[in-house]
Formats: sequence, C-alpha cells, structure tokens
Amino acid sequence: MIISIASGKGGTGKTLVATSLALTLKDRGKVQLLDCDVEEPNDHIFMKPTISHSEVVSVPVPKVDEDKCTYCGICAEVCAYNAIAVPGKRVLVFPELCHGCGACAYLCPEKAISEEAKEIGVVETGHSDGIAFVHGKLSIGEAMAPPIIRKVKAQANNDGTVIIDVPPGTSCPVVEAIKDSDFCLMVTEPTPFGLNDLALAVETVRTLDIPCGVVLNRVGVGDGKVEKYCQEEKIPILLTIPLDIKIAHLYSRGITLVAGMPQWKESFFKLFDKIGEIVHERSRGTER
Amino acid sequence: MKEVVVLSGKGGTGKTSLVGSFAALAQSKVLADCDVDAADLHLLLSPSVKEKHEFWSEQVAIIDEEKCTQCGLCQDECHFNAINDFRVDPISCEGCGFCFQICPAEAIMMKESLSGHWFISDTKYGPLVHARLGIAQENSGKLVALVRQQAKLIAEKQGADYIVSDGPPGIGCPVISSLSGASLALLVTEPTLSGMHDLERVLSVCHHFGVLSLVCINKYDLNEDNTHQIESYCTNRGVEVASKIPFDNVVTEALVQGLPIVEYCQGKVTDEIESLWHHVSHML
Repeated sequence: MIISIASGKGGTGKTLVATSLALTLKDRGKVQLLDCDVEEPNDHIFMKPTISHSEVVSVPVPKVDEDKCTYCGICAEVCAYNAIAVPGKRVLVFPELCHGCGACAYLCPEKAISEEAKEIGVVETGHSDGIAFVHGKLSIGEAMAPPIIRKVKAQANNDGTVIIDVPPGTSCPVVEAIKDSDFCLMVTEPTPFGLNDLALAVETVRTLDIPCGVVLNRVGVGDGKVEKYCQEEKIPILLTIPLDIKIAHLYSRGITLVAGMPQWKESFFKLFDKIGEIVHERSRGTER
Repeated sequence: MKEVVVLSGKGGTGKTSLVGSFAALAQSKVLADCDVDAADLHLLLSPSVKEKHEFWSEQVAIIDEEKCTQCGLCQDECHFNAINDFRVDPISCEGCGFCFQICPAEAIMMKESLSGHWFISDTKYGPLVHARLGIAQENSGKLVALVRQQAKLIAEKQGADYIVSDGPPGIGCPVISSLSGASLALLVTEPTLSGMHDLERVLSVCHHFGVLSLVCINKYDLNEDNTHQIESYCTNRGVEVASKIPFDNVVTEALVQGLPIVEYCQGKVTDEIESLWHHVSHML
C-alpha cells in the first residue's frame, strides 16, 4: 500500500507524520519512506539514514555541433519552452529552460543536435532503523523537481507499506508525488491558512481520484473551521495532534514524535488501521 | 522602485504573516502574492477584486482516434511516457509538442488550456496582485513572472517606492521566478533543524542568483541553542540576522481575525516587526 502525506500549506507537520508513521509501522512489517520534497527534504534530519547508494539525476539537454549546423532555425521553432534560439549565425541554448523533450535533436535536418545529460540533482538510497529510506535533492539553482521525484518513486517496492512525504503546494511536483498512491493523508492546522490550502489540496487529490483523510495538527489554537469543512466535504479526520510545546521542542531538535513520546505509537497504529479500512472498502466498492 | 521578496525554503515559518504586516507598515507600495499554488495573503488583506484575468498557458496533446494509424511513433519518442495505448495522459504531458511535430498521420493536435487566473485588487493598504493556479497545473513559474510584471507596472504607474512580494516555499521553479532580479530577499526561518537546513539551501539559491539576503528568525525563543547556531552560521556566511521574533499565540489569533498582527495588537511581536520593516526599507 502506498500512502502519501501532503498538505497544501507548508509547515503543518507532514514530515512529523511521515517519519512517525514509518517508525510505528516497522513493528508490523516492511516499510519504505520516500521523501519526495526534493526542494527541501527534511526526513533525513529525523531518520539519520545510512546512505548506501547515490544516483545522479540528469535531464537531456541539446548540444549543437556548429560544424554541421546550417542555422535553419527549425530547432528554435519546435521548442515549446524557448530553450533554444537561432539569432542569425549563432545557436544559443538555455539549459535551465529545457524540459528535455528531445524534439530539437530528432527534428534537426542536419542531425547537428545530440542530447547531453545535465545534472539537476541526486537520489540517495539507504536505511534507517529497519526502514528502507530514499530521498531526492534538487541541486541549487535548478528549477525542475518532477524528474527527481519520478526517480525517487521508481525506488518504491510494493511488498510492504510505502510512505511518501509530498512537497507543499498543489502544482506539478505535488501531483507527481501523489499520483498512484492508494491513499493521501493531508496534514493541516486549524487556521484560515491551513483551511484555504487544505481545500486546494483536496481538489488536487480528487482530480487524481485518490481517497483522502486529514490529520489536524496543533489543535488548541485557531478556530473550528477545518472540522466544519471536513464534515461538509465528508473527509474523515483520522488523527488530531495538540499544540504542545514538548512536541515543538522535539521537532526543533530533529527527534521524531514517536521516539520522543512513545505513547504516540498507538495513535499512529490506529491511524494506519483506519487508512487500511478506507482503502479496503474502496477496493471492494470498485470490484462490485 | 525597489522590490523585496520574502522567502523561507521551509513552508510555514511565517512569510505571509510578515508580508501582511509589512503591507500595513509600508507607505508607498504594491503587494504581490507569488505563492500562486497556495496563495494565502488575501486572507489577511481582505481585497476587493478589481480585475480578473485568465491565464492560458499549458498545452496538452490530443490524439484524433479517427486519423491515428496506431504506428506507435509518438509513444516511442515521448520522453515523458505520457502516451499509452494511443491516448495522452494529460497529467504527464508536458506540452512540448514533439508528438504533434512527428506524427506521420497528422493525428495529433495541441490544445491550450486554462491554467489559472490572476487578479488586481484593492486593499486598504494599497494594490495587490495575486493569482490562483489551476489545480494540478504546470507553469507556476510563468504565472509568478506575470504577477511580478503586473505589480511592477502598477508600481511604475503610481510612482510607488516598493513592491513587497510573498514568495512560495521551496527552492525550485516558482522560487527562482519570484527571486530573479529582486532588490532584496528576506529569508524567514525558525530555530528547528529543518528550518536551518532549508535556510541554508534557499540562501545558496539567493547567492547563486546574486540577490542580497537578510535573515529573520521567527519564534526564536522556541529553541535558543538553535537560534545561536543560526546566528553564527549567518555571521560566517556574511549574512545579517535582521530580526528575532518571539513565539506568541497572538500571531495565530490575528490570523483567525483576518488581520495583520501589527493591526491586531501591540506587544513584542509587533515591535519587532516594525523595526524589521524599518530596517528593510532602509536597505532597499
């Protein structure tokens, strides 16, 4: 089963939930934690994994052989991203705009363009305390997270539970991280920002037709509008975590909730069981 | 006219609360919400929308089943594995048009889709340019660039001194688009190991694009050891820590009331934000 942990708004507790859920479930079987927040990966701070394998992620960008080039400009015409320009007797390539689609190389009538790998980040694989761990890191100055997220997800094993830590927001990196999940757990807080961004994230998972539930974090501040929204939208609130200075302290020091306060394990077991029930119900529904 | 963009790397460190307060404090400015896929600034500024525009950007390939001869060339050549069984998965399609260019049966069309909306609004603090990217859409970077461009046009027309932009979390495409060419980046962090890790990365991005940065430590008293570490890290990198804001529940209370904290109450948090804006405006 693949469970993704998303939120819309950043800083609501995705990493806290993902790491504690992984550490709880390892008592029951195989668990894999994939950190797909490749712009700002944080799971490793809490899991302190031993990295055993590291793989560079690159995208193909055009390399022009100017001896063969006739400056016909077809490459610039076909590029949807303005990543290649032919002003007069010159060819300019802008690798940071290139999506690596390969159209220019294929369509160049002189076969003057080849594809060259450009490094945009790295995927690291390892283990931590009985949990298989994978994360990706986007290189500084690079724009495109999705190719790295795809590589992180390619490491997923389907013989246990896979937990995916999703980046904040609702756009392409989020969709890339969430798609193909069996369930999406959305972590939010009881504030107007938390509610606004939760509603956007719910629209995203609904577009992808993935069942979802909510973890409400820092309960005790804010207002009751997230609960009201969840009730109206028939989204189950599967776990609530209070605003507690002890929890904030543990987090600040890079200590997971279940390591610092082991009594929380039971709540995470219950959370997982509820997710299992929802996924099971749904698969029975589709069979019928 | 100078532009300050508020970034953080890690989400939820307090960017929007800070920008909301700057909106109330700054005199002659235009506000821009560059977090187009989870925009929140409007919740503090109660804007009345004056102009609503469509954002057409993303292209998606569509295969005409009647013309398609199922030769398979598009499937073989698509670098994004977006075509299976002679159908395009619109979510995987990056709109490059490669398949459209090479289809021997001319069975593929590229269709533009509505990717979102952008708005020009009035608020009691001045004009606000904001946007909403459509759900599961790409091109957030382009929409951010559009928001900044519109904010700049308004600022030039009105002779405003500042543009204050609320940036997105992360370090990728929309962050780069919010940052490039800005006069100053204010980086909001918190004294957690995650906050520190993410600050280092976003600071490197600012450095990479040659944008001057200042750091603000929010909730600094949550873990003072970590706060000291951030301060010495910044000193070593030659970056100024311009402000340390204490943890206080009044920040959330103000948010629930839909008000910038400096308008909600007096106190240490408000004092600190006022002196931070004073400092930022002098550096611009």
